[in-house]
Amino acid sequence: MTTAIRAPAVSVVPGLGARVKDAALAAFVAFVLLAPILGMETVPGPDGRLTLDFHFDLVAIGALGVFLGRLALSFALRGRPLARAAAGPLSVFVSRYGNWLGVAGLVFALALPLMPFSSRYVIDVATTLVIYVMLGWGLNIVVGLAGLLDLGYVAFYAVGAYSYALFAKWFGLGFWACLPIAGVLAAVAGILLGFPVLRLRGDYLAIVTLGFGEIIRLVLINWHEVTGGPNGIADIPRPSFFGFPFTRNPGEGEIAFHQLFGLEFSTMHRVVFLYYLALALALVTNLFVLRIRKLPIGRAWEALREDEIACKALGINPTNTKLTAFALGAMFGGFAGSFFATRQGFISPESFTFIESAIILAIVVLGGMGSQIGVVLAAAVIVLLPEIARELETYRMLFFGAAMVLIMIWRPRGLLAHREPTLRLHPRPGGGGS
Amino acid sequence: MAYFLQQLINGVALGMVYGLIAIGYSMVYGIIGMINFAHGEIYMIGAFVSLIAFTLLGMLGVSWAPLALVVVLLTAIAITSLYGWTVERIAYRPLRGSFRLAPLISAIGMSIFLQTYVQITQGAKIKTLQPVITGGFTFTDASGFTVTISWIQILIVLLTLVLMAGFTWVIAKTPLGRAQRACQQDLKMAALCGVDVDRTISLTFVIGAALAAVAGLMATLYYGVIDFFIGFLAGVKAFTAAVLGGIGSIPGAMLGGLVLGLAEAFWSGYFSIEYKDVAAFTILVIVLIFLPTGILGQPEIEKV
Amino acid sequence: MKTPILEVEHLTMRFGGLVAVDDLSFTAFKEDVTAIIGPNGAGKTTVFNCLTGFYRPTTGQLTFHGHFGPVLLERMDGFRVPRHGLARTFQNIRLFGGMSVLENLIVAQHNELMRASGYTLLGLFGAGVYRRAEAEAVERARFWLERLGLVDRADWPAASLPYGDQRKLEIARALCTGPRLLCLDEPAAGLNPRETAELGELLLELRDRHGIAVLLIEHDMSLVMRIADHIVVLDYGRKIADGPPERIKRDPLVIKAYLGETEEEELPPEVAADLAAAEGGS
Repeated sequence: MTTAIRAPAVSVVPGLGARVKDAALAAFVAFVLLAPILGMETVPGPDGRLTLDFHFDLVAIGALGVFLGRLALSFALRGRPLARAAAGPLSVFVSRYGNWLGVAGLVFALALPLMPFSSRYVIDVATTLVIYVMLGWGLNIVVGLAGLLDLGYVAFYAVGAYSYALFAKWFGLGFWACLPIAGVLAAVAGILLGFPVLRLRGDYLAIVTLGFGEIIRLVLINWHEVTGGPNGIADIPRPSFFGFPFTRNPGEGEIAFHQLFGLEFSTMHRVVFLYYLALALALVTNLFVLRIRKLPIGRAWEALREDEIACKALGINPTNTKLTAFALGAMFGGFAGSFFATRQGFISPESFTFIESAIILAIVVLGGMGSQIGVVLAAAVIVLLPEIARELETYRMLFFGAAMVLIMIWRPRGLLAHREPTLRLHPRPGGGGS
Repeated sequence: MAYFLQQLINGVALGMVYGLIAIGYSMVYGIIGMINFAHGEIYMIGAFVSLIAFTLLGMLGVSWAPLALVVVLLTAIAITSLYGWTVERIAYRPLRGSFRLAPLISAIGMSIFLQTYVQITQGAKIKTLQPVITGGFTFTDASGFTVTISWIQILIVLLTLVLMAGFTWVIAKTPLGRAQRACQQDLKMAALCGVDVDRTISLTFVIGAALAAVAGLMATLYYGVIDFFIGFLAGVKAFTAAVLGGIGSIPGAMLGGLVLGLAEAFWSGYFSIEYKDVAAFTILVIVLIFLPTGILGQPEIEKV
Repeated sequence: MKTPILEVEHLTMRFGGLVAVDDLSFTAFKEDVTAIIGPNGAGKTTVFNCLTGFYRPTTGQLTFHGHFGPVLLERMDGFRVPRHGLARTFQNIRLFGGMSVLENLIVAQHNELMRASGYTLLGLFGAGVYRRAEAEAVERARFWLERLGLVDRADWPAASLPYGDQRKLEIARALCTGPRLLCLDEPAAGLNPRETAELGELLLELRDRHGIAVLLIEHDMSLVMRIADHIVVLDYGRKIADGPPERIKRDPLVIKAYLGETEEEELPPEVAADLAAAEGGS
């Protein structure tokens, strides 16, 4: 790939004048960049022709911000590069107390519906969060462990969602019957895509998976007879508690969940049930990933990420190994997709755009590729931030984009990049690493 | 026959636009081996700068089309190039020599950022530009079918050919072109031989962005409607064109653009317009699998 | 009578117009350390890449007497080669830098562990079979780590080892695949004299005590002459000599390939004088 070309590490600290000049130049560039796009908004005029609304105040603020930011940065860095290879204190902390953090998080997650502040809204947001965590863990197999950049992960999510919707609607299958079907179909989709393309180099793979994601979406839009086209599929059967539906008035011969337990009917039952269902699926994913990392296949994934040629020389079949990662990642995407379908009761191609893939990828990347707890933290930031400040919703993607760039510059391996070996020869304290 | 001819003309014009964008991908890939994922957004910004410049000129009362065209062309090139330069400076340069997925992820982040930035500042609605250039040649054949070559299509073809000629000259004859070719062969060695690698890479991005700006202007004129999302699809298609022609090869990028443009025009003309993007993506997948070095690309020998 | 382990017959490798290896034939024996030497660009690494399935030779037959009897290597996929008992290292070290030293050695035993883990299924449920197999794999890794003096650093990330240790680790990793023939591509490059000497001891020990044949590409002539039983000399892709070290040392073609003809006479007088002084001084 690219070779490392770096300026020699000259530690000449620039003078104040040079810094101000540099910052002024940056501000000027920012001004020119912002002036047309931010400064002149095209709006339709009274006669339908476009006219411009001027916002040069914003441009000035932006340029000033760049000036001050650049100046501050030059003082903060004192000529050092921004990138840092070493793991930060946060990731060392997390890796040291990771198990405790995990247990604490799990206890909190289990107890959440019992908390006094847990309104329907809180549980709903938490469910969304848990699903993103699950998607992140699934994609982590592909991107974090095997090092394959998959930009079309949402396609497998879509395959899972549509399989559930179609099987449940047309064949009357229940959630637990559909779940494995959806997983298997998604895994098959992963293998079908993966088989021809996995021998491509990393960046070609990224583009092909992106194309695949778009193909799936376009097919969903255009194949009206089966997928309902852009209108999607409505009235997808809702989940039941192992055959006991969450309805006020169950049908002939059925017993509803609240009758079974002698409870007052409440719509919260279903919400809480969905939350626990999501949590269970996510935990299964997590256990699976933690386990498989310590198995030969998991180590082979990581080895492939590090050096494919060396893997071949050790007798590892790269194509099959990558294919397993791809298929398993896809399978968890499929599981999450069927959960999504049963929760929403309605799906359409709108939910499966590239942006969704990008969000899941951002969760993996920001969290620290390969780190399970990192995924939780990143998903929490990405899902909760727009919830906390609703007006930030529009700016969410702006924040994502910027964060992906900055995290890559600051810590190319993600926030929690510290990696613990999957097995040790010496017990922890004595054989400390670097 | 006339229908065929019409699709051919449309395909060539479309292909030229793809080709111009594809050169940006191809050059950057050739020199630093990364897919500049944000290049599609650079094209989109070129289109928006063109739109804004046209609107501004309209408000100022400049109504003579050739003058407006030249002013808009220069403005779009200047500002879009600066965007290209800034993107490289911020998102890619600090990552040179970092682990292999880092620049790609950074590029995706940049792409999302630029797209959202335009969406927020300019609004999510489709923008319609009043036609600047109208009319063209019309032929009618014996069976009564008419074939139209619009002035815009002629302009696209001519401008692209001129740019290609100029660009080929730059690569073949100027010190910048020499430095670029050296960097393409071996970045480290070029640096040791005194080539300013950072500057050469920056200029590569600037040239790529300038060509994308021209493509953006053309698309704005040709379609008359743009929105913040056009960069995504155009980017993927132009990348397909670059791969099809052989990534790293500049005539290849143009050729790939033409092939893709023609394929798309004929596909929508004869089969189904709904699946035209599926066709483009399918071509991409097939090319990558069966012809990974493209039509004019050099085969790569894996160095072990 | 020696048993052949690798028979190379009429191997030719062309890249476009360039002939990197030209009609090369030689035999390596099980009881030998075989060295391939030759000036830079003589095609030595290309031979390795043909042997280990990274390149498809243009023509030629490569017979390897592996764990399951003789096999032909020339059309075999790279990842299948190690199963027959042929392991290699790389000229530019290729470790799994982010993984620990021990993990590098466990990955080398992938295929065996894969079988033991029931292709992941048994392993997922924590079957005892797999746990025993993993413990054995760790013991095998420990054996080589102890032999190479890396045991204290077993839990370090491989990339954080000093250069010489990285070379050792790569050899240990190749040994963990359980080879009959170990192919080393310039193992002494970048090592200091003490480390080079230790490497020589190790290779002789592999031959004598572990019954592992060694095929090595090396530029360090003192090492080659000391440990090799059999030397193959390449120049511009062709074999110019083949035999025991004593004969190679005196072979006029080899001397010519390495030193060029009548080189000393062409040196300017002052340079020749400097050279003589330097030799006298050392």
